[in-house]
Amino acid sequence: MTSKPNSNALKVFPRRHLLTCEGLSANEINFVLDLADKAADHIRQNGKKRDVLDGRTLINLFFESSTRTQASFEMAGKRLGADVMNMNVATSSVTKGETLVDTAVTLNAMRPDIIVVRHHAAGAVELLSQKVDCSVINAGDGAHQHPTQALLDALTIRRAKGRVAGLTVAICGDILHSRVARSNINVLNALGAQVRLVAPSTLLPSSPERLGTEVYTDMWKGIDGVDVVMMLRLQRERMDASYVPSSREFFHFFGLDHEKLARAKPDALVMHPGPMNRGVEIASTVADHSRSVIREQVEMGVAVRMAVLEALSAHLPSFKDVA
Amino acid sequence: MSKAASKIIEKPKSAGPATVFINARLLDPASSRDEPGGLLVKDGIIADLGSHLRRNAPEGATVIDCKGHVLAPGLIDAQVFTGEPGYEHRETLKTASHAAAAGGVTTIVVMPDTNPVIDQVSLVDFIQRRARDNALVHVHTMAAMTKGLKGEEMTEIGLLKRAGAIAFSNGKSSVVNTRVMRNVLSYAKDFNALVVHHTEDPYLSGSGAMNSGEVASRLGLPGISKIAETITLERDVRLVEMTGGRYHAATISCQESLDVVKAAKAKKLPVTCGVSINHLTLNENDIGPYRTFFKVRPPLRREEDRAAMVQGLANGDIDVIVSSHDPQDADTKRRPFAEAADGAVGLETLLSAALRLVHSGDVTLPAMLKALTINPARLLGLHSGRLAKGAIADLVLFDPGEPWVVNKDLLRSRSKNTPFDEAKMQGRVLRTVVAGETVYEYAGVERT
Repeated sequence: MTSKPNSNALKVFPRRHLLTCEGLSANEINFVLDLADKAADHIRQNGKKRDVLDGRTLINLFFESSTRTQASFEMAGKRLGADVMNMNVATSSVTKGETLVDTAVTLNAMRPDIIVVRHHAAGAVELLSQKVDCSVINAGDGAHQHPTQALLDALTIRRAKGRVAGLTVAICGDILHSRVARSNINVLNALGAQVRLVAPSTLLPSSPERLGTEVYTDMWKGIDGVDVVMMLRLQRERMDASYVPSSREFFHFFGLDHEKLARAKPDALVMHPGPMNRGVEIASTVADHSRSVIREQVEMGVAVRMAVLEALSAHLPSFKDVA
Repeated sequence: MSKAASKIIEKPKSAGPATVFINARLLDPASSRDEPGGLLVKDGIIADLGSHLRRNAPEGATVIDCKGHVLAPGLIDAQVFTGEPGYEHRETLKTASHAAAAGGVTTIVVMPDTNPVIDQVSLVDFIQRRARDNALVHVHTMAAMTKGLKGEEMTEIGLLKRAGAIAFSNGKSSVVNTRVMRNVLSYAKDFNALVVHHTEDPYLSGSGAMNSGEVASRLGLPGISKIAETITLERDVRLVEMTGGRYHAATISCQESLDVVKAAKAKKLPVTCGVSINHLTLNENDIGPYRTFFKVRPPLRREEDRAAMVQGLANGDIDVIVSSHDPQDADTKRRPFAEAADGAVGLETLLSAALRLVHSGDVTLPAMLKALTINPARLLGLHSGRLAKGAIADLVLFDPGEPWVVNKDLLRSRSKNTPFDEAKMQGRVLRTVVAGETVYEYAGVERT
């Protein structure tokens, strides 16, 4: 009834969960990106539905609100034929005091095939994965990791530039609180890109240079000659804690405007994981500029999530085994 | 209309007559110069100086005979409180600049403790415009490092520095929240901005009114312990070590604090410190019968601490002397000691009081002047504070031996809260020159 599991995945992508980008090899990443490339072409056609996950159940378990990531996973799951269930955690037993582990055990008893989890605490998804029998995909845990975002960013770059290796990518803004930055550092380094971090010292994690990056606290220097400028969302709630004095000052020194963008290569890509604060970390005209690939990132998000689901599904027990 | 026809015409620079100061004792701590000579000023700039100008005036130049007195770089006072904006009845930028001119001070750095607090770009601009239009001397402003000086939210350090804020201070209060202080130092470092901090743990000093110790016990006044100062300073030094931010302890007052600064300097940390003229020349005994003009912050300490400050200055461990000029009027000073405001005016007596240390043989004249000229200039990134060809002609001419008695009613400051009223001084300012223009000239004995 279902199409055959991707047999390459068993060899090239020997993982049951996708929890972090740390330790992903270039081979593994490229395998997912190749699958995603095909998925991207496929979803541009009219007949979008495939049957890779036919009869499988995917649960979106979001402890933190999200629009685009949750929708993206839901769409990816449905396009592959899965039954997708969105758990609205705000109205669930979690608010009645249930612990994360109990929630995991309860869900596990319902025998889903894949759970996609977002949680505000770093390490929560890993903890949950230890308590369930199905595959777990990390859709963002605290300031730790957001693997599918980094993979979709890599795919976007690869499609626009033809390669990732040898490119210089500046990740700019609130690095300290960003799971996107951490995942991107891992993926881009694995693929052979040079990564720069550009942020005020107050928004850098400690020992940033130990993460395999160059560090700049002056944005004009930081994006000088780069191939890709990847902006991060400034988490406005951080301003109260005196990480940065005001959005005005932040935009002046660390926001991407045309003047600063002129320092990057003429064909540099502008990226943003969204949601954007226009006029805080990115000027509206830059966000809508021809060099901006922000909309492509969203499109590639669905493709990459289809690829990840497909790669992981190869490791799911077949229906025959269960019977 | 053709484009070529229109052009911007800059205001032509006035090529005024040159002025030559002859027969001077040229004293410049920056270059270790101390020799008889002369100095030529053209267009507000030092055009030439040296022994060859001692007697020879270039033709056409206005000649000022210094009669062998000391010609030194104009003093730079890195901590001046005024009342503008908000408390103009105490002091304005104009009256403070008049006091400065009379004291041989050619540059003042005003503090952000005003109403409103100088914590926004528009207020830095306000100070600069008011100073440009009204002040006789150069005025720079420090901006607040936290909004409203509340110690909670960092100000726009990047934009404020760009607008002209010369350094960042929390005024008369300390930032208690360690995380905020860490973030300020860390963030300021990215802009190479100097953080100047008053170090005092407010919980420890509590409602204290004077130095904690025997005198406070006898007077029945709540004390302020020295360690309230030292603990905060030690914490700050740790944060400097962590963040690499440039840090200046505004005014230290005891041996223990000096030891902390010395240890930080030995570690090559970007740490410097200042001391107020009050803590170099006065001690807690001067308070006598509850004299509120001696109530300052940090409080006057014991004689041993004063001696330690003088020693630190002589050794070069203390970088900067400030007047900590703080005008207060009767409504804030004529109160029971514990309720009276802190602060003393000091611009006009700064040099004379500092000369006490020279006359007593504790500090050499160049070492004392260094802490009032080139050291603050370097700390604040100013190009003044030196006698050198091409430098701005900010000068003070003084007679280190001239005796006089301070009369508070003759002070130019709008407030008269000097701790030196009726004090005998030796040494006074004869002439003050700002950018080549004489802004003060001593005309002999002054009368009420």
